[in-house]
Amino acid sequence: MQALAIVIQQAEDAKAANAAIGAGFAYGLAAIGPGIGIGIVVGKAIEAMARQPEAAGMVRTTMFLGIAFTEALALIGFVVFILLGL
Amino acid sequence: MLGLEFPPINEVIRWQDVFPSFNKVALIGCLAALIGMTIFVLAGRKDPMVAPTGVRNLAETGVEFIEDQIVLQTIGREGLAWTPFLLTLFIFVYLCNLPGIIPILQMPATARMAIPLFLAVIVWFTYNAVGLRRNGVSYLTGIVWPKTVPVGMRPLVGLIEFMSNILLRPFSLAVRLFANMLAGHMLLVTFALLADAMFRAQTKELILRPMGILPFFMLIFLTVFEVLVGLLQAYIFTILTAVYIGLAWHPEH
Repeated sequence: MQALAIVIQQAEDAKAANAAIGAGFAYGLAAIGPGIGIGIVVGKAIEAMARQPEAAGMVRTTMFLGIAFTEALALIGFVVFILLGL
Repeated sequence: MLGLEFPPINEVIRWQDVFPSFNKVALIGCLAALIGMTIFVLAGRKDPMVAPTGVRNLAETGVEFIEDQIVLQTIGREGLAWTPFLLTLFIFVYLCNLPGIIPILQMPATARMAIPLFLAVIVWFTYNAVGLRRNGVSYLTGIVWPKTVPVGMRPLVGLIEFMSNILLRPFSLAVRLFANMLAGHMLLVTFALLADAMFRAQTKELILRPMGILPFFMLIFLTVFEVLVGLLQAYIFTILTAVYIGLAWHPEH
């Protein structure tokens, strides 16, 4: 009886550990793509603003839009991270 | 070893109910609405003929920002009638984000799913209503059977457009605001707990206790960062709303 309780406890610990590892990987992997993507978006926007300062306002608006769409993926990863971490 | 006891997430974002079903988040939401209304009612009472002072300056800056940076850039001159709606959204979201960094309150109301989700549902109804009113049935057929792409691609593009219009837009709008504010809140909680645990650590290594100043500095830096994030998220929420309204208005773009 005692042994069975220990085994069940160990199984539950292993489950919690796997959930924690999965949550960490979920967020880490979800951050890679958007990180690269936001870098490209902002870099190109700065390039455009430097070449044509008079269009800076329009470029900035579009840049924020691009960031918002790219960032959504990372944020969904963050939500999954929290759901798994619970 | 010093152990960092991180409370479960429900404890971090839940507050003791002041009254049944009226907690701190609801209080912040109501306060945000009241403060926003007060600012603009006070500003509207001032004489428009004299140079603006005080609260009217603030209100005019907000209106001009929405008109020049958001409406004219996305919908165009004929969309200026949407300024009040977008201004309301912007002010409300910003005032809901701001308490995340105000001491004592320390909780952005948008870090609970209810407010972002409800705002996203309002936006969803608004832009679909604009599309149906301006373009009639051709708004719906333009989504599922777009005329501007080659015939072979139309079912695929139509399916993607339909999913994006009906499901993904409100979902991503709500999740973006919610997750950004929740992530900021969790960061602040983490560094506050870390600084607290290090200052009061029961260890023999005495060097560890003054080192608690490091997470404390990080906490201050992140608080400043959160000011920026709150403003940026309010701006992004508003500009995406304007873009969706503009797209429903002129589907050919």
